[in-house]
Amino acid sequence: MEEIIPDKSINIKGLVCPYTFVKAKLAIESMETGQILEILLDYEEAARSIPKSMEDHGQKILKVEKINDTDWILQIRKAKD
Amino acid sequence: MDFTDDQLLRYSRHIILPEVGGKGQARIAEAKVVIIGAGGLGCPVGYYLTAAGVGTLALIDNDTVEMSNLQRQIAHSIHTIGMPKVESARKTFNALNPDVAIVPLKVRISKDNIMDLIRDYDIVVDGSDNFPTRYLVNDACVMAGKPLVSGAILRFEGQLTTIIPGDGPCYRCLFEEPPPPGLVPSCQEAGVLGVLPGVIGGLQATEVLKLILGKGEVLKGELLIYNALMTTFRKVKIPRNPSCPVCGENPSITELIDYNEGYCATQ
Repeated sequence: MEEIIPDKSINIKGLVCPYTFVKAKLAIESMETGQILEILLDYEEAARSIPKSMEDHGQKILKVEKINDTDWILQIRKAKD
Repeated sequence: MDFTDDQLLRYSRHIILPEVGGKGQARIAEAKVVIIGAGGLGCPVGYYLTAAGVGTLALIDNDTVEMSNLQRQIAHSIHTIGMPKVESARKTFNALNPDVAIVPLKVRISKDNIMDLIRDYDIVVDGSDNFPTRYLVNDACVMAGKPLVSGAILRFEGQLTTIIPGDGPCYRCLFEEPPPPGLVPSCQEAGVLGVLPGVIGGLQATEVLKLILGKGEVLKGELLIYNALMTTFRKVKIPRNPSCPVCGENPSITELIDYNEGYCATQ
């Protein structure tokens, strides 16, 4: 599978709700439509809720991947301003 | 705008909303709102706008807190009886959210000071309890081109409308002149259900936030009437009056008027 190069990456490890989605949302707000945000996190609930909320807001989820025992990587394309 | 961690938490439920987001919250933080009256309506309007993180909130009221206010004026307390209402409210709002710059203005509003008092603000909220002030605020906002969120309460009924000068009717399009003194009773004479200003003030604060955010539809050209006894909301369309004495094509009112003669001075 082709590797996606994100335009912006944020590390929100150690953060819990509602910080997790707030940080993710502020990051995506600051980006241009079409750009890709990568999020590194270790809060399992947010690994489910961030993609769902982002989709509700019209963004495109490219990847939700558990990369080790504790961490997830999300990739989201900004589809809507 | 860079939010502190505390601000991210405080405003998280706003930031999460698609219609608000970080940009909307930043707009709220930059907004300057002036509230006329720190009584039944001014208290909930100011309370919620403080909670929302409005940047600057001016409060205008010349009265002091009395025991009989406490049934509905929720920013005041037994500890602030005798204190100017604007100071009492400032203490309460500061305790809720120190981000908000509260500007307490203990003055009686008049045709001579109103233009200076509203000049620096983006939005005017009328929570006054008398017709002379209501008409003075309307005329001043029309002349200054300031959006006005006007509310009123009596007994079990409340009403509100949002006036956007030049883009919708004003209060005088609806009622050209104030009623003669004594025709409409005051709250002091007729009573008011204590929770009623909470409902109307909450709606006024909502109108203010929508104006700041530029989202949704405000009550422009409409009067919303709430009947608390019957639990009904009714919207009445207000057409713009082309011959309105203040916002019409050939206005006859070009200077502000104080209608104080014959009206009860405080209520």
